Amino acid sequence: MAVSLGFHIVFACIGMTMPVLMAFSEWRWLRTGKQVYLDITKAWSKGAAIFFAVGAVSGTVLSFELGLLWPEFMKHAGAIIGMPFSWEGTAFFIEAIALGVFLYGWNRLNKWVHWLSGVLVSVSGILSGIFVVSANAWMSSPSGFDWVNGKAINIDPVRAMFNDAWRPQAIHMTLAAFISTAFAVAGVHAWLLLKNRSRIFHQQAVKTALIFGSAAALLQPFSGDFSAKSVAKRQPLKLAAMEALYKTSKPAELVIGGLPNDDEQRVNYAIHIPKGLSFLAKGDWNAEVEGLDTAAAQDRPPVLVTHISFQLMVMIGFFLAFVALLYLVFSVGWRRVLMKNWWLRVVAFTTPLGFIAVEAGWTVTETGRQPWIIYGIMRTKDAVSSMPGLRYSFLAVTVVYLLLSLIIVGLMRRQISTIGEFYPTAKTS
Amino acid sequence: MLTVIVIILGVSFILYTLLGGADFGAGIVEIFAGKREEGTISRALAPVWEANHVWLILAVVILFTAFPPVYASLSWVLHIPLMMVLLGIIMRGTAFTFRHYDVHQGRSHKYYNFLFHLSSFITPFFLGMILGSMILGRITFDPTHGFYQMFMAPWLNLFCFTMGAFTTCLFSYLASVFLVGETKVDHERLEYVTFAKRSMIMTMILGLLVFFVAEVEGHHLARTFVHSVPSVILLITAFLFCPVIWHFLNKEKNKTVYLRMGAGVQVSAILLGWFYIQFPVVIEVKDGDGLTFYNTQAPPATLEQLLIALIVGLLLVVPGFVFLFKVFKIKST
Repeated sequence: MAVSLGFHIVFACIGMTMPVLMAFSEWRWLRTGKQVYLDITKAWSKGAAIFFAVGAVSGTVLSFELGLLWPEFMKHAGAIIGMPFSWEGTAFFIEAIALGVFLYGWNRLNKWVHWLSGVLVSVSGILSGIFVVSANAWMSSPSGFDWVNGKAINIDPVRAMFNDAWRPQAIHMTLAAFISTAFAVAGVHAWLLLKNRSRIFHQQAVKTALIFGSAAALLQPFSGDFSAKSVAKRQPLKLAAMEALYKTSKPAELVIGGLPNDDEQRVNYAIHIPKGLSFLAKGDWNAEVEGLDTAAAQDRPPVLVTHISFQLMVMIGFFLAFVALLYLVFSVGWRRVLMKNWWLRVVAFTTPLGFIAVEAGWTVTETGRQPWIIYGIMRTKDAVSSMPGLRYSFLAVTVVYLLLSLIIVGLMRRQISTIGEFYPTAKTS
Repeated sequence: MLTVIVIILGVSFILYTLLGGADFGAGIVEIFAGKREEGTISRALAPVWEANHVWLILAVVILFTAFPPVYASLSWVLHIPLMMVLLGIIMRGTAFTFRHYDVHQGRSHKYYNFLFHLSSFITPFFLGMILGSMILGRITFDPTHGFYQMFMAPWLNLFCFTMGAFTTCLFSYLASVFLVGETKVDHERLEYVTFAKRSMIMTMILGLLVFFVAEVEGHHLARTFVHSVPSVILLITAFLFCPVIWHFLNKEKNKTVYLRMGAGVQVSAILLGWFYIQFPVVIEVKDGDGLTFYNTQAPPATLEQLLIALIVGLLLVVPGFVFLFKVFKIKST
């Protein structure tokens, strides 16, 4: 499950962001009539089509896998969180329809109708992402039911869907999708520019992607703060694991980096900022922050993985926000810098970073919730399927996904290598 | 409320069988049909297959929202065949896309084709097996039975095997009828016509075999059918459409619309006939009462919200779907 979700999340991010980038680029073509915008849109749509198709099948697989691996969980949770899933189904349906029109309707439709289908893909793509995140948020912040004797009663699906965690998570995830995909796109084109800088095609592609990526990257730290405060309130243990705070402290110091050591209950090789965590989590320099010692050992989330993933995500987040800030400064003041080799290298370097951060962040939210699958209600080990030999089917899925990833990387390389043949504006001049 | 949801579930299941069935069937047709033009199948399916498959997602979502125990039990005891269906769906979707978008021609296309064909077989076959096991009633939730009794025996038997073959054949029949209208090249069209006829006959034979094998396996399917008048009428309707479709297939200018509608009516009639005798039971089990729509339904608040989502969704989706098909089917009408 973790593997398929970790795999699917990449496609979901691309599925949320690429339509927006394509629709934006097509809009500029419609307004200016410049060939280069049309070429970019078409080149992107070819690449995106592969990701969409794989995303669609891996999404289908997930809808089954929920039951294949977690029958107990779905038995109880299905009725409660079915609603975001049914809305997600609707949004995804519209996305798939509009996408068919967008990808294959170039010569069959009025230009503006075609563009509209692209906009529709964007809107429904983002919505379906948000609905799924809402279901995930419910696992961390279960609401909309009463748990009596191992059964959920008084189910209120609306309250379950709009649980306390959905808003911060939805904002954080949507921004993350934009950052990861946009920086990856900008990075690939920057890398191609490094090889041949006269291509207006790649210049414009980098620009379009960076506009969206930077805007999202600059907003993300604020959304991160919002999320952290929400976690501090709802899941103090998750926060404690993220920050590797073993003992309840007042005020609590912020631990940056380091290696948590469970046996000694301390973090080695870290930077400690006095009172930092109190302020970040509670907005008060002297507030008390609950540590892991508030829970029995079997109720604590794994500290090492959670802490390191969290640090990795935050580090990348700030680095990308810094790049975004530079981009803002350069495009206002020093436009010449944008074509300098070192700048293009920086952008090319960011290609995988956003996705690494997404995976790390997802690891944080999942491992930080352990040992629970539904926070405070159901333990993960009680929800897993009792079929013997489960690991074989798990192994099969993992192998298939690994293979798929390899093929996709190969295909994208082939696609990129032929850009020059298809699009006049991408030719070496 | 429950009735409406069950109806929507049934409709999306039928639509998936028709549309998704034609998708998978196309892969089978591609293996067996002889002289074909390159690219007819890709061109006909590429814009619509993703949307076609969403009907399955819809059915699954309805199942786990409105009838969570049904979904949970199915995915527990039928883990293995479901896994095969999933692998088939992954392979089929990705291989189809890869061969469409891989700009390099060459050896990799051989692999894509192989996977595409293989998965077009596997998926309907195991889908049929799963349906078979829901009818047969060898499913048990009693963990004292061994691994084989719980996770293999319910679907690994002659009846489910026949059901799998029947479903595969039915899908390729749907696909060939669909493809007849997708080509303008005469010899290719005739190829599909021949294939449609053959698969029609095969489907009928296997359909009869299903009843026969059911008796062999000790499940009196035929008797249940005969006792329900609407089911009998529906089956006869499906049967009576055969000569009509045969007639239109023989016409020099095949009436594509009639052909497709006819095949659609046949398949829907078969499914409805089955729904009718099965209702309200979803899964027949070995010991005790089966899981029904009534004893597994979610609380009213959930059903209400689901219904709202479904109605709003369908109001948006159905026009979009019609538009999608219109845009890409102009040529064929």
